[in-house]
Amino acid sequence: MAEHRTHLMICAGTGCVSNGAYDVKTALEREIAKHGLEHEVAIVTTGCNGFCAQGPIVVVQPDGIFYQLLDEKVVPHLVEEHFLKGRPVENLMYVPPEEESPVPRMRDIGFFKKQRLIALRNRGVIDPEVIDEYIGRDGYRALAKVVTEMTPEEVIQLVVKSGLRGRGGAGFLTGEKWRLARKSEGAEKYVVCNADEGDPGAFMDRSIVESDPHTVIEGLTIGAYAVGAREGFVYIRNEYPLALERLQLAIEQAKDYGLLGENIFGTDFSFDIHVHRGAGAFVCGEETALIASIEGKLGNPRQRPPYPVHSGLWDKPTNINNVETWSNIPMIIQHGAEWFSSIGTESSKGTKVFSLVGQINNTGLVEVPMGITLREIIYDIGGGIPGGKKFKAVQTGGPSGGCIPQELLDLPIDFESLWEAGSMMGSGGLVVMDETTCMVDIARYFLSFTQIESCGKCVSCRDGTKWLLDILTKICEGKGTPEDLSTLEHIANVVKDASLCGLGQTAPNPVLTTIKYFRNEYEAHINEKKCPAKVCKALLTFTINPEQCVEAGHGCHQCARSCPEAAITGDKGKAHRIIEDKCIKCGVCHDVCNFNAVMVE
Amino acid sequence: MGKLKVSDLEKIKERVRRTTTLRDGQGNARVIVHMGTCGIAAGARDVISALMDEVEKKGLTDVILTTAGCAGLCSREPMATVERKGQPPVKYVDLNDEKIRRILNEHVVGGTIVEEFALAIGSEQMH
Repeated sequence: MAEHRTHLMICAGTGCVSNGAYDVKTALEREIAKHGLEHEVAIVTTGCNGFCAQGPIVVVQPDGIFYQLLDEKVVPHLVEEHFLKGRPVENLMYVPPEEESPVPRMRDIGFFKKQRLIALRNRGVIDPEVIDEYIGRDGYRALAKVVTEMTPEEVIQLVVKSGLRGRGGAGFLTGEKWRLARKSEGAEKYVVCNADEGDPGAFMDRSIVESDPHTVIEGLTIGAYAVGAREGFVYIRNEYPLALERLQLAIEQAKDYGLLGENIFGTDFSFDIHVHRGAGAFVCGEETALIASIEGKLGNPRQRPPYPVHSGLWDKPTNINNVETWSNIPMIIQHGAEWFSSIGTESSKGTKVFSLVGQINNTGLVEVPMGITLREIIYDIGGGIPGGKKFKAVQTGGPSGGCIPQELLDLPIDFESLWEAGSMMGSGGLVVMDETTCMVDIARYFLSFTQIESCGKCVSCRDGTKWLLDILTKICEGKGTPEDLSTLEHIANVVKDASLCGLGQTAPNPVLTTIKYFRNEYEAHINEKKCPAKVCKALLTFTINPEQCVEAGHGCHQCARSCPEAAITGDKGKAHRIIEDKCIKCGVCHDVCNFNAVMVE
Repeated sequence: MGKLKVSDLEKIKERVRRTTTLRDGQGNARVIVHMGTCGIAAGARDVISALMDEVEKKGLTDVILTTAGCAGLCSREPMATVERKGQPPVKYVDLNDEKIRRILNEHVVGGTIVEEFALAIGSEQMH
């Protein structure tokens, strides 16, 4: 039977699945069969394409046509028009914001054009549940080369030369970590993949595991060979059921092919992977807490040194790396250190996967070379801010990251430049904020997360984050005093210096950077009791402009009708008034007034 | 398949090469069969089936088969456009099962345009 001529690549990452991708798939199967096209058109489910806000997504290969925002209702028309009659359907294609013409080809869409895929090289083009497809794209060749042609020392040298730095956040030179683990005494060693991904809004690791679990397995196996480990663990957060499922299936398939287990590729190298599920604690993404968790203990971090490479899991030398770090390894082995180090900046080689979220048009996952500017990511790839609103800040690196303002938009993204700006690379979260974001409220929001996730072991973090949060909450409620600002700065620096682990050491970053770059907003909250972005409800005053109400609205009474507290008085046809004491600042009157008569200050 | 040897990796890669090429959308040659209502009425579905069958028979791994809408010259349907890497596209007309198989073997694989079935070399200007 002749093989299919067209493959429909249906994105089946968690985002698209929860938006109905499987319903679209069922509808496609039904309609394809109806037109007798089953032998011509294949339906393939793949991992996440990255353009998550536009899901469900189907990419038609070999044409490279990109369909988005699909639902089962449009499928009959799509199948008949494109797959039977050959006419691509324009109204299902992507139209860039502010433009009118659709962009049919995926490779022409701004979101995809500037990306460079290394860790995500297989996304959307393979079925992650079919190991042969991974092999078909040179999968496991790197492992074969490593175990049959290279010594562990040569592998380590190559990784050192490539300049790869950890992608979990700290950016430690990966090859150096491997070298230290190898050097440590003892026959029993471990390698661990940190797939806990606790940062809210981060889904880079989830996407890699869902779309291409084998790259993680292959990377981990190569690492095991290099450091001398016989067993490995993938610590994956329990909140990723689909990723967990695909990973476990991939491990089974790799075992069946002898790519895991005894005597890999007929050599005397043997390696097994165990999967350990997390139990809902952010702090377990910290390596020593993670180790404690695997050991069955309470997920509390401990003092370092000793570092895990000297004494880690069960006190044995352990090399822990992030999912994205492991995913880069097969390519580095295959294409060489010079290739990898030719991408990126002087200090930060290769690419980085970022999750672009917040107030941005093209929400999703992108992989870009280090050194690209924030401006390029936000405007060229991200498509800018929706509704034509003004950019205000971008928070990089998760809840422990810092907020970077407009003036620094041309900052090339790499480890050092972000640190200098007071932020960090972190796991790669990029939360974009526009003029409607209150920077004090944002600092309070992120601190409420880190405070609740604090394990409680050390005073500075346990009590310090709570103190910071209390002050911020007070300020947002209009009860701030000028001393509060200096107290915030002082305590934030103490928490940073004195905390035992990365959680406490970085939790104050949002506070410190917002005070540094947006001090005026803090001062407005404290001194004038005003919120410039009009977010902090306690500081808002709702009033009705009497002229507008009468002249434009003719005293329509809509606001009074909708007010849940009966706080608006006025007769029909006459100017209405809000009773300030009764007003709970819910904003409903502002929302329902069709004549812009309700003022918010 | 049992435990893999290093040489098995290449074998598997070959086995799925057609899939890989198709998904990357990069072959050495592309054959576009024009469909549309007129094309289908004239027999374009037989043409694409024949093409798929011939590609399978000859074990070709780097030829992309795809469809497009009506090319505009409805009276000469079924039509197909052959694009070989680095060469201008050639439009073929009045096709059937037998003719398209010849075109695949002689032009797509062999490199010689089958002049008796060809309408024109080159494409219309887009804008």
